[in-house]
Amino acid sequence: MAISDELRVAEQVFAQIADAVASVLDMSAHFTLTLSGEDSQFTRFNRARVRQTGTVSDGTLTLTLMQNERTTSAAVPFVGEFETDWPLLKTALVELQTVVPQLPIDPFLVLPEGSATSRTVNRGELLAADAIAATLLPPVQGLDFTGIYAAGLIFRGYADSAGQRHWFESTSYSLDFSLFDAQNRAVKGTFAGSQWQPSRFVDKITQAKHQLTLMARPAKTIERGQYRTYLAPAAVAELLHMFSWGGVGEADLQQGNSAFGLLRQGQSLSAQFTLQENFERANMPRFNSYGEVAPLQLPVIQQGRLVNSLVSSRSAKEYKVPSNYASRGEYLRAPEIMPGSLTADQILPQLDRGLYLSNLHYLNWSDHPNGRVTGMTRYACFWVENGEVTAPIENLRFDESLYHCFGDGLVNLTNFQDTIADIDTYDRRGLGGSCVPGVLVDDFTYTL
Amino acid sequence: MLKFLSDVVAAASIPADWIGIRAVKDRSRTCAIRDAHPERNTQHLDHGAMVEVLAHGQFGYSATNNLTQASLAAAMETAYAQAVAASDWSVHRFTTAARPKATGQYVSPHRKGLDALPPGELNQILLQVCDQLKVSDKIAQTTASARSHDIETWFVSSNGSEIYQRDYLIETHFGTIAQDGPTTQLRTDHGYLAQSYQGGWELFPGLDLWQRVQQVGEQAVELLHADNCPDLTATLVLAPDQMMLQIHESIGHPLELDRILGDERNYAGGSFIKLEDFGSLEYGSQLMNVTFDPTVVGELGSYGFDDVGTPATREYLIREGKLERGLGGLESQQRSQVPGVANSRASSWNRPAIDRMANINLEPGDLTFEQMIANIEHGIYMETNRSWSIDDQRHKFQFGCEYGKLIENGRLTRTLKNPNYRSVTPQFWHSLSQVGNASTWDVYGTPFCGKGEPNQLIRVGHGAPVCAFETIEMFGGAV
Repeated sequence: MAISDELRVAEQVFAQIADAVASVLDMSAHFTLTLSGEDSQFTRFNRARVRQTGTVSDGTLTLTLMQNERTTSAAVPFVGEFETDWPLLKTALVELQTVVPQLPIDPFLVLPEGSATSRTVNRGELLAADAIAATLLPPVQGLDFTGIYAAGLIFRGYADSAGQRHWFESTSYSLDFSLFDAQNRAVKGTFAGSQWQPSRFVDKITQAKHQLTLMARPAKTIERGQYRTYLAPAAVAELLHMFSWGGVGEADLQQGNSAFGLLRQGQSLSAQFTLQENFERANMPRFNSYGEVAPLQLPVIQQGRLVNSLVSSRSAKEYKVPSNYASRGEYLRAPEIMPGSLTADQILPQLDRGLYLSNLHYLNWSDHPNGRVTGMTRYACFWVENGEVTAPIENLRFDESLYHCFGDGLVNLTNFQDTIADIDTYDRRGLGGSCVPGVLVDDFTYTL
Repeated sequence: MLKFLSDVVAAASIPADWIGIRAVKDRSRTCAIRDAHPERNTQHLDHGAMVEVLAHGQFGYSATNNLTQASLAAAMETAYAQAVAASDWSVHRFTTAARPKATGQYVSPHRKGLDALPPGELNQILLQVCDQLKVSDKIAQTTASARSHDIETWFVSSNGSEIYQRDYLIETHFGTIAQDGPTTQLRTDHGYLAQSYQGGWELFPGLDLWQRVQQVGEQAVELLHADNCPDLTATLVLAPDQMMLQIHESIGHPLELDRILGDERNYAGGSFIKLEDFGSLEYGSQLMNVTFDPTVVGELGSYGFDDVGTPATREYLIREGKLERGLGGLESQQRSQVPGVANSRASSWNRPAIDRMANINLEPGDLTFEQMIANIEHGIYMETNRSWSIDDQRHKFQFGCEYGKLIENGRLTRTLKNPNYRSVTPQFWHSLSQVGNASTWDVYGTPFCGKGEPNQLIRVGHGAPVCAFETIEMFGGAV
């Protein structure tokens, strides 16, 4: 059976299981049922050869039972066959029914309500499994090419006792690679999509090879201190991740666990900085684990001011504020930083003297309440003198506050944005990504 | 299950040089409480099988959560096709020597089963933890959580391997955030889920739980009004709950052979260590003795066999400061010709095995904590990791802790908030000047070691004594 046919069966089986759950629960019980699954190809490369290659077929059903103000949930495997999947879930449901009376009352329990339904199918065309090595590796022979090609089908489902139903599926690929030179200096390339395009791959490799030639110049050692810095979109995306880790979620703000408590207390970032959730172009379900559909756009920081935190319906109950249908974890799902006016050809002249950073690595809060982040420069990072790239740099540690980077230190943002796909594969392949411009910052602090 | 899987392998029709199946069944339960309200009560059954095939010198894999004979047979066909399609492009032509025959079993020692603490009782204990953490109206948030895992693994192969392993795991956490105006301070029970061990519910609640809860609450409030850690270069003393992170990031990861061979360069990074360094490099001071030891009872990364069937043994990685051995399984040992360990591990059935840490421990020295502090004129003692960042070669790092104490003239004096330090790995380990004895030794674990493409999180354990390092750059946060 073709994968698309298997998916139609999976969608039907999911609906059948949701109906079965509804049929065995009495009227005092509520439930949500979610499905997450994938059929993925993973091929890993090192030195332009194949290190590991294989496939993963996985699926998980999660049933949440709510009864008498208490709740508990169970996850079981999903293979897309009712005769296999329903008995496992039914056994789990019986266990949940035993457990739920033992639990404390949950005062912030969100019961399913509404009548939202949606169905999104993003089809694509991918490389055949037996063509991956033979397609990707010939153009990179002679190069030290390393990375991973991940591709296939991702699907999500939602159903609940109120009758809400959602289905999302996406066929996609990502290629995340690095090219190294003999001195172990490297450049990074990442691209993703739903239709494999050979010319795009060749263009990416050509660009990366060109960047690598710039890396061949003798590296400049930079003394610790503060330098005017251009952060390319991939580097900005790394900083943007921090907004979802003790950042703009309402629960974190309420519980003293946010870097942006100072924004809520009246401080502001630069008027040039605007951050929003934007599902318009995101390859990402708009429904959350409560079956709620997020608004297409939601401004979060507008002209430097925090105008909306991400509020889940659970936080809405707890803190008595309106929900904006954020995810349970209140992280950004489709973030977009709005562009500025810096044109591509003005990046180096406007930087003039300082550092051009393509990528950042391994970020962590160094002073969370004050929004200070530490991390490393990585890949193609250069010293710029008189508006020209003069030398690659040895990797540097930075330690800088987001209040400076996107606040009083922000000089300008580029007038273009890049889409940085989420290519994480912890537990399962990621979906979506961020849309970000490059950023020019004054006095960015380097410490080691 | 072993017989079923062996029969599936025996019935295979593919002309492979080797076939293996590793099936995993993970039954887990999680309970989380925040501010004395239930946040999460979940149970999870996950199962599936990783089918691996060696053909033409290349491994191919296919993982499925459908455990029928037909599905596993189809997975073998897919894995074989994957291997053949890539075999003209192999990074190394592997032989069956990477998968020798092994038989045996391992079960985590435990006194109580994972059903011994019903969810209702567990919720009540965690609610009480949250209640008792609230030692003051300055406490803004309290959290307490516990997870149990019962993980069974069956491994069979076409050359006769039959291994059964069963891990019982208990992972617990509690912590609090204290707040006074814009100032907030986090204090936890040795770091997020650092109390992660193998065993049953005899591990929790332990005899000292309520004393620890009280101390964590009080120290969070104490930190609110403590002095900020000063900027200075002096002696740094690290408690075992920070040594865990220090060992993990600046010894464990750089010694992984797959990083050194380049597999990880596009994601987690490479290493400043070269293959030729093994057997000769002075990694740190002569006080430094580091072992790979998956045989420690109760430590989180213990096992009888790794995930390709290699029997697990204790080995010195660094002895008296000298680098002896790498963290690499049989595949990396074939490729590098460097001595390694039994550490080919996968996060679950749906990921292939790669070189991982297990338990990496720093062996104790001969000084008591009091003797160590008495030897220091000026320095800072730090506990519990709060922030971690290190470069892709595992060279330049910056780590932050939750709780600090100033050391003045051989005594612990004022409490310090926001203690951080930064250094470069070789210099740091060469500056190791004092190693505490067994009375200062503690074991912690983490379920969150991330690495690999596709990404994998795996469980590791780290045991260490209190250690002192000379001339380390330390600093605080914004005042």
